[in-house]
Amino acid sequence: MQPTDIKNPEYFHKVVDCQYACPAHTPVPEYIRLISQEKYTEAYMINWESNVFPGVLGRTCDRPCEPACRRGRIEEEPVAICRLKRVAADNKGEVKPFMPQGPFSFNGKKIALVGGGPASLTVARDLAPLGYEIHLFDEQFKGGGFMRSQIPSFRLPESVLDEEVNYILDLGIHTHFNHFVHSMEELLSQDYDAVFVGTGAPKGRDLPDLPGRNEGAKKIHIGINWLANVAFEHTTNIGKKVIVLGGGNTAMDCCRTSRRLGGEFVKVVVRSPYSEMKASPWEKEDAMHEDIPIVDNHVPIEFVVKDGVLKGLNFEKVTPIFENGKRKLVPTGEPLVFIEADDVLIAIGQENSFPWIERSAGIDFDKWGMPVVDTLTHASSHPKVFFGGDSAWGPKNVITAVAHGHQAAISMDLFCRNLPLTQRPSPFVNLVSQKMGLHEWAYESDVVNDVRYTVAQADKKITLSNRKTEVELGFTKHEGCKEAERCLNCDIQTVFVEDKCIECDACVDICPTTCITFIDNAEEDELRQLLNMPALNTSQDLYVSAPLKTKRVMVKDEDVCLHCGLCAERCPTSAWDMHKFLYEVTKAG
Amino acid sequence: MTFIKPKFRHPDLPTNKLGYTLSYYEGALSTLCAGCGHDSISAAIIQSAFEMNIEPHKLAKLSGIGCSSKTPAYFLSNSHGFNSVHGRMPSVATGANMANKDLIYLGVSGDGDTASIGMGQFVHVIRRNLKMIYIVMNNGCYGLTKGQDSATADNGSISKSGIVNQFQAIDLCGLAIELGATFVAQSFSGDKKQLIPLIKAGMAHNGFAFINVISPCVTFNNNKGSTKSYDFVRDHLEATGTFDFVPEMEEITTNYESGEKHAIKLHDGSLLQFNKLDNEWDPLDRFSAMKAVHQAREKNEIITGLLYLNQKAMDLHELVNTCDRPLNTLKKEDLCPGNGVLAVINAGLR
Ligand SMILES: Cc1cc2nc3c(=O)[nH]c(=O)nc-3n(C[C@H](O)[C@H](O)[C@H](O)COP(=O)(O)OP(=O)(O)OC[C@H]3O[C@@H](n4cnc5c(N)ncnc54)[C@H](O)[C@@H]3O)c2cc1C
Ligand SMILES: Cc1ncc(C[n+]2csc(CCOP(=O)(O)OP(=O)(O)O)c2C)c(N)n1
Ligand code: SF4
Ligand code: SF4
Ligand code: SF4
Ligand SMILES: [Mg+2]
Repeated sequence: MQPTDIKNPEYFHKVVDCQYACPAHTPVPEYIRLISQEKYTEAYMINWESNVFPGVLGRTCDRPCEPACRRGRIEEEPVAICRLKRVAADNKGEVKPFMPQGPFSFNGKKIALVGGGPASLTVARDLAPLGYEIHLFDEQFKGGGFMRSQIPSFRLPESVLDEEVNYILDLGIHTHFNHFVHSMEELLSQDYDAVFVGTGAPKGRDLPDLPGRNEGAKKIHIGINWLANVAFEHTTNIGKKVIVLGGGNTAMDCCRTSRRLGGEFVKVVVRSPYSEMKASPWEKEDAMHEDIPIVDNHVPIEFVVKDGVLKGLNFEKVTPIFENGKRKLVPTGEPLVFIEADDVLIAIGQENSFPWIERSAGIDFDKWGMPVVDTLTHASSHPKVFFGGDSAWGPKNVITAVAHGHQAAISMDLFCRNLPLTQRPSPFVNLVSQKMGLHEWAYESDVVNDVRYTVAQADKKITLSNRKTEVELGFTKHEGCKEAERCLNCDIQTVFVEDKCIECDACVDICPTTCITFIDNAEEDELRQLLNMPALNTSQDLYVSAPLKTKRVMVKDEDVCLHCGLCAERCPTSAWDMHKFLYEVTKAG
Repeated sequence: MTFIKPKFRHPDLPTNKLGYTLSYYEGALSTLCAGCGHDSISAAIIQSAFEMNIEPHKLAKLSGIGCSSKTPAYFLSNSHGFNSVHGRMPSVATGANMANKDLIYLGVSGDGDTASIGMGQFVHVIRRNLKMIYIVMNNGCYGLTKGQDSATADNGSISKSGIVNQFQAIDLCGLAIELGATFVAQSFSGDKKQLIPLIKAGMAHNGFAFINVISPCVTFNNNKGSTKSYDFVRDHLEATGTFDFVPEMEEITTNYESGEKHAIKLHDGSLLQFNKLDNEWDPLDRFSAMKAVHQAREKNEIITGLLYLNQKAMDLHELVNTCDRPLNTLKKEDLCPGNGVLAVINAGLR
């Protein structure tokens, strides 16, 4: 193999598994360390820079970082990265002084943002301090998009959302709430220099062809519309028996909300097997904790309506069968199963919908009705129009919308400055030795053995009686510290300098997880097999040195390195050293 | 600060036939200087015990005084141990072995511990062919007392303070062969590929197995001009050939042509396989082994590998016809068989 080029920031970036997996590349270990030092304000600001909504995300993030967390590869559970974010948000001091301070001098350019969800708000935050005049349009009466209309208050208190939306609006954003944009052409005819579309995926899927759909219509609701009605208090109750169709996040929020509006016998019924449901494991656990059974392998066949009144649904039982690597749901042949219901919530997915964008507006759409958007620049085929969030490539989540917002903001700024959109700014990186003494590092190198701490929940009796009472209590400061200490500090990189190595093997012998091997060089596939512990996780890189004195090379498998620094402590010549690696995605400007 | 080794190990660590992973054979975190050759030898011992499927309680580690003699704290935490007085490890090993021959005895010593203060003990344990493996971690100096030249420091070797050694070195392997040691090997701490099979073979050998391991002292004897530095040793290594240890029961899969490979069956049924042996040298022939040692010395080379093996000699238990059972299992009836037996003995002496 060729020697690893550690000067390429992407090499060490990839070693920081959580940060790499985070769509917005939040410097996770850096903020976790600050939490363990009780520096909550600093930890909050690191988050705010990257992901804009730490308080929201610390409660609701889809957490792609956690399955990626290295800790999950060396023991059962990853670090509770997401809930630690909330610890920072809950305990922070005054943060406004650390945010950009307006008024900003006008740079002469005007920007329109359609939709007030996390994608648009991120664009607003990144561009406002650069002097853009920003106009944000949303049909709702307040900003936040789906974070407000969909995510229930028992998961995300309104005050937390308001606070973080306002940090952005206070930067001098011109808001146009209760304002549905009806025409893209009209918008483009105004004097905006660029337009961002952050309208989400606002259309809930229906089951229009299921018998009884029309007859029972009064008691059959589209999940996301129903959740929005609840959030905006148009809907305040539901029948005692509720069936929620679907197995994703929306279904989980629908069933739990139903329990709070009078639903006593709420069931989630899903076509696929339990293990294949789209909802996260913790969402399913939370639903079942609230006495909501999840009935899997049941396909809805018809709504049963008698005398104009919905009685329930008939389901066909199926069983998953694997054929040529594909999963099929095959009827078991048993009689149909009837499940009673006063109300049915259909939560089987959402779609994009752009009725307000004229096909003559100069924006290309593909055959599925989706806009053609460049994955790097977020540009559409209309030079002035950019897309991001769920509106660009379909429903994802808040953190993805934020990441899109950052990238779109960069493009819009480049566009307004007449620079090529492909001229992306390089990330900000920094690499600093952590050595303080013989056995002393500037970071806590001890690896603690604690298993993951769980977040306490409020009493079910209280939370089920009030839709707005937050269920999770969050970590206490003490629990936050303890959980933070579980982090392995993957951003403290092992850096190898071949000229210093005397090949004494001390690092090989001490490494608890057998990461290091001195070996004759070979091609990667072969090398992976020959290491002291074969490196079978190919998603993790091998760190290969230039040839040493004995013509061998040093090969380190990054996979299960604990970043404990023992290799560097045992190295007599400091050929190994621990360096703190900071990687920040550069923002617009 | 890290004075504790993290508990986590590679999640895919293999287990041996007893179901243990390598970590079961580890010891405390070493307090030796970073980069000390002795730590590598400890790692080789851990690996060997793991691969030999040794039940930790069936092994006793014994040592004298010195950095080298401290190492038993850093391996095989689940085994028996005795850290004896300077140079006196062989007598403690002899006593223990006489009391219970069922254990594997692993002696660890230094060049100071063996070639200076312990020389008297060393030569006698060889003479007696005590069944044990005796490893000298040889760094050419007294590491623990800050690096004075030891008796194995080569004539002309320069110490860290710049002083040239005037005295002749004691060649421990040459001496051991001369005195009739039945298994004599030499290796280098930085060559685990060779060292591990040697340790395994030494543990399987039915008699006194001696391994002299050159083990650089990174703090006091790794300077330019020292003949025990990493660089010097690497530049002057001369392996007698590569070498495999094949435990009993394991299927021998490699086909080898005569001359190319040479296999020796050990007492316990395991096999030693030599590859590409030097034509002139036969490890079963003491004269040829002596000659090889002398030639290497002449050429300024450090000859490594298994230098000499004699499986015919009886070990101490056989020689003095001891009882088979560990002494602590002998009951009063065994030790005091009664008047009848006494009468027979007395009658025999008339
Ligand atoms: C029930 C449910 C629960 C969810 N839970 C989570 C969760 O826990 N964690 C998570 O990360 N993600 C969650 N999501 C997904 C997440 O809410 C979205 O991915 C995210 O909000 C998308 O952000 P966005 O900026 O693209 O648009 P959105 O947040 O969808 O905002 C778009 C806004 O634009 C408005 N709008 C649309 N068209 C127009 C127009 N023409 N004129 C004016 N305004 C317009 C809409 O009313 C809306 O307010 C959930 C989604 C649902 C449905
Ligand atoms: C009876 C006695 N005499 C002298 C000493 C001092 N002493 C301690 S270690 C040592 C030499 C150890 O050298 P070696 O066996 O080569 O071990 P190393 O530290 O080099 O591994 C000496 C002389 C002692 N501890 N006991
Ligand atoms: S251990 Fe810490 S730094 Fe490493 S992946 Fe997990 S959260 Fe990130
Ligand atoms: S930091 Fe060094 S010693 Fe620790 S696990 Fe990683 S490679 Fe091994
Ligand atoms: S401990 Fe240092 S000098 Fe020794 S082999 Fe490892 S990197 Fe090289
Ligand atoms: Mg010594």
